[in-house]
Amino acid sequence: MPKVEIRSESCKSCGYCVKFCPKQVLAIGDKVNSKGYEYAAAVKPEACIGCKMCGVVCPDAAIEVYK
Amino acid sequence: MEKIYARTKGLRPDVVSGFCPGCMHSTVIKLIGEVLEEMNQMDNAVAVLGIGCCGLHMEYMSYDNVTAPHGRACAVATGIKRANSKSLVYTYQGDGDFASIGLGESVSAANRGENITVIFINNGIYGMTGGQMAPTTLLGMKASTAPKGRIAEEHGYPMHMCEILNQLTAPYYLERTSCNTPQNVLKTRKAIKKAFQNQLDGKGFSMVEIVTSCPTNWGLDTMKSLDYLNEKMLTEYPLGVIRDNG
Ligand SMILES: Cc1ncc(C[n+]2csc(CCOP(=O)(O)OP(=O)(O)O)c2C)c(N)n1
Ligand code: SF4
Ligand code: SF4
Ligand code: SF4
Repeated sequence: MPKVEIRSESCKSCGYCVKFCPKQVLAIGDKVNSKGYEYAAAVKPEACIGCKMCGVVCPDAAIEVYK
Repeated sequence: MEKIYARTKGLRPDVVSGFCPGCMHSTVIKLIGEVLEEMNQMDNAVAVLGIGCCGLHMEYMSYDNVTAPHGRACAVATGIKRANSKSLVYTYQGDGDFASIGLGESVSAANRGENITVIFINNGIYGMTGGQMAPTTLLGMKASTAPKGRIAEEHGYPMHMCEILNQLTAPYYLERTSCNTPQNVLKTRKAIKKAFQNQLDGKGFSMVEIVTSCPTNWGLDTMKSLDYLNEKMLTEYPLGVIRDNG
């Protein structure tokens, strides 16, 4: 099953990955990183199809995708 | 399980970029790293950084770079390239840097068909210094130096750098892209790769103009700045290949 890994310390909470994920896998969570950003998290990991769109659109290279 | 999308080695593993949330400077820096890695050129690349937010990634990137005096990146890149013709030399410049203070150097390097690559970030504003009007600022768009918005009678019109350089004989490749969707991020990646390959093949001057957002100085959150980019910036600056002599 494909899976995404989010490097929470690199995330700046821009929301682009959430907007462009075709399967609504991601959401901005309520936990904050050391810079004070509420980082993105996979809330529906089982729906991930490994399309990489989240990784591609993330400005801060915070997402890695496995398949 | 195989990693199908990895953080590029062009970025230092434990450094967070200095750019604001949602700033597409960060997207482009990531793409350049990915392309250099894919082309096996990381050890051969020399980045010439402009002044402004465009220079905010010196400690984030993992390969050689030098910062030019404001606007002079194309002149500095010319010197480096002529002295080390095998190096892959590119400039990374904002619109204030490339199209305002550096206009002379930029147009002259393009006119000489200098064998360098320009990555030009058009966010319609001076980012680092607090949102002053740039040559690329849209009519009606507010800037700290145009609080009522840009007015043609007073400030002139937005400058289209790809089209201006397209009036010259020498440039080899000019394309305008954006990072507003994953699809366009991938197109930008392809354009950067092509522009680098042109240089390695000795074809002369290539430029990729990337239309991006500056959420901080546009005074919009990341989602609203994405809308502004889509609705306003891309209407003034349509995407596409302006010249490809290949
Ligand atoms: C000779 C000189 N004049 C003015 C400045 C001040 N200055 C620093 S960055 C900048 C503008 C940068 O804007 P832009 O090129 O659009 O880059 P961005 O910050 O948007 O990436 C200016 C005017 C300077 N550093 N040097
Ligand atoms: S890989 Fe595709 S489906 Fe999976 S989280 Fe990323 S965008 Fe969503
Ligand atoms: S796109 Fe990247 S930086 Fe933006 S919210 Fe998603 S993981 Fe965080
Ligand atoms: S001020 Fe604008 S251009 Fe500079 S890092 Fe922030 S969003 Fe990016």
